[in-house]
Amino acid sequence: MISRDGRRHWVNRIMLGLTMAAAVISMLPLFLIFFHILSHGLGSINWDFFTRMPQPVGETGGGFANAIVGSLILLVLACAFGLPIGIFGGIYLSEYGGRKVAGVVRFASDLLNGTPSIVVGMFAYTIMVRPMRHFSALAGGVALGIIMIPTILSTTETMMRMVPRALREGALALGLPYWKTLVYVVLKAARGGILTGVLLAIARIAGETAPLLFTALGNQFWSTDIRQPIAALPLQIFTYAISPYDDWHNQAWAGATILIGLVLMLSIVSRLFIRNRLAGKRS
Amino acid sequence: MKGDRIFEGSTRFFAILLILIVGAISFLLFKESLPAMRKFGWQFPFSSVWDPVAEDFGAWPFIYGTVVSSVLALLIAVPLSFGVAIFLSELAPPYLRTPVAFITELLAAVPSIIYGLWGLFFLVPWLRNSVEPFLIKYFGFLPFFKGPPYGIGMLAAGMILSIMIIPIISSISREVLQAVPNHQREAALALGATRWETTRMAVLRFGKTGLLGAVFLGLGRALGETMAVTMLIGNRPEVSLSLLAPGHTMASVIANEFTEASGEIYLSSLMGIGLTLFALTLAVNSGARFLVWKVGGKAGRE
Repeated sequence: MISRDGRRHWVNRIMLGLTMAAAVISMLPLFLIFFHILSHGLGSINWDFFTRMPQPVGETGGGFANAIVGSLILLVLACAFGLPIGIFGGIYLSEYGGRKVAGVVRFASDLLNGTPSIVVGMFAYTIMVRPMRHFSALAGGVALGIIMIPTILSTTETMMRMVPRALREGALALGLPYWKTLVYVVLKAARGGILTGVLLAIARIAGETAPLLFTALGNQFWSTDIRQPIAALPLQIFTYAISPYDDWHNQAWAGATILIGLVLMLSIVSRLFIRNRLAGKRS
Repeated sequence: MKGDRIFEGSTRFFAILLILIVGAISFLLFKESLPAMRKFGWQFPFSSVWDPVAEDFGAWPFIYGTVVSSVLALLIAVPLSFGVAIFLSELAPPYLRTPVAFITELLAAVPSIIYGLWGLFFLVPWLRNSVEPFLIKYFGFLPFFKGPPYGIGMLAAGMILSIMIIPIISSISREVLQAVPNHQREAALALGATRWETTRMAVLRFGKTGLLGAVFLGLGRALGETMAVTMLIGNRPEVSLSLLAPGHTMASVIANEFTEASGEIYLSSLMGIGLTLFALTLAVNSGARFLVWKVGGKAGRE
């Protein structure tokens, strides 16, 4: 009897020890990634990196100026395409939904959320690049915009639903039509939360590379024309990472540091905000 | 009222636009892959010929590569993620729980290209110089560890995928375990079960459907992952039992060859691979949703 209990005791110890080991092992590569990226990247970041153009092979120096501006343009285009669909769609789900159409919209959004981003890139290629006969920033923006939609849609719906009923009733009781109640009262109360969803969506697409490969294509030169191929930060990192040149590798690390800083900053701000908001709602 | 109708109409317009976009993605992928389907018929998914010059295409090496790299990723990631989830929900003190959960959530946001970059310059050399020579020396008699240690290959892709999906699987599993009602634990403890026996018999058994759902969601992400895999798998359309050999996945072949695809059949074959990938992730994600929904129903009835 004692030996059996002893065995149970040891199994308990060993298994619990293993779960702790699993926690440590899983955290390890993640810390290594941060450590390696920062230790390689920080040294290569300087003023030139932000202000200069990529140099031809063989010349050292140069920077990511066109890629940074290109990424900003792509993000603006993506928002122009994705925000209206996400926000209006979310308002539809929270205010007018509950019918058959709403079910289909939610299903479509879930489906899109699970779709590999490269497939969205193929779609943007088919509807934009091929008819226009060349790669363009516009096509890249559409691809990224489509990827943004599910995140914005679901945050908008959740945040609109969280606005207390009393607020709507108060506005309606004052004689405001329903749409004005939504725009001036409910949307106004929910705007912080919706903005958070938008930031979260931007964080998600800022690092997306796959859907840009055959839409925005990348560009070694300065371009702000949205009908032409455009450079983007993740694309430039990819090109430089798989190149055989050490100088380019260093620049890829620097680009990765900027990108990871941007993405983490956006995620941290938005997640803290959502957390506070949900906590405030509960109490 | 007029304003109301206009506003409702415009919100409905954008909502329906979303349905149209998703419908158009499915329809166009199908339509664009028709020429390849007509030419190769049912052989397309099972043929392992990939010859752009002769315009003869089969998707088998890519389907094989996608499945093998994802399954390898699950084999590594699932035990670790469950360990993390159990540690966080059953053992860890509360002051550790929130920060660790927060960090895991953040890690899911790190872009694929960053994992690829790190994998290329740290994971691959480590595999090439330490891990793979070791595997060849001691396990070389197995068909899985044959061939020279390239570094890049199926093993590297599977490992980077596992690192990428650990945050997702572990955070969802943790939520599943935390949703297990406390009276389950209390009942087991009251019967004299040890901490681990309680976890195994009461907590894990109660949450197993949800845990399976978490695994499916991780699989769904691994299947469609493009950049990190493209940078590490070696991009060679070959079917090899050896995990050390280079391979290709559905996502990586599209990333590599789509811009260069000349000719209708070539492009159409890549579209066909895209359609297969889309269908596969759809099936896996629906499975995950169904499982999670089942858990929701169970918790609702409690």
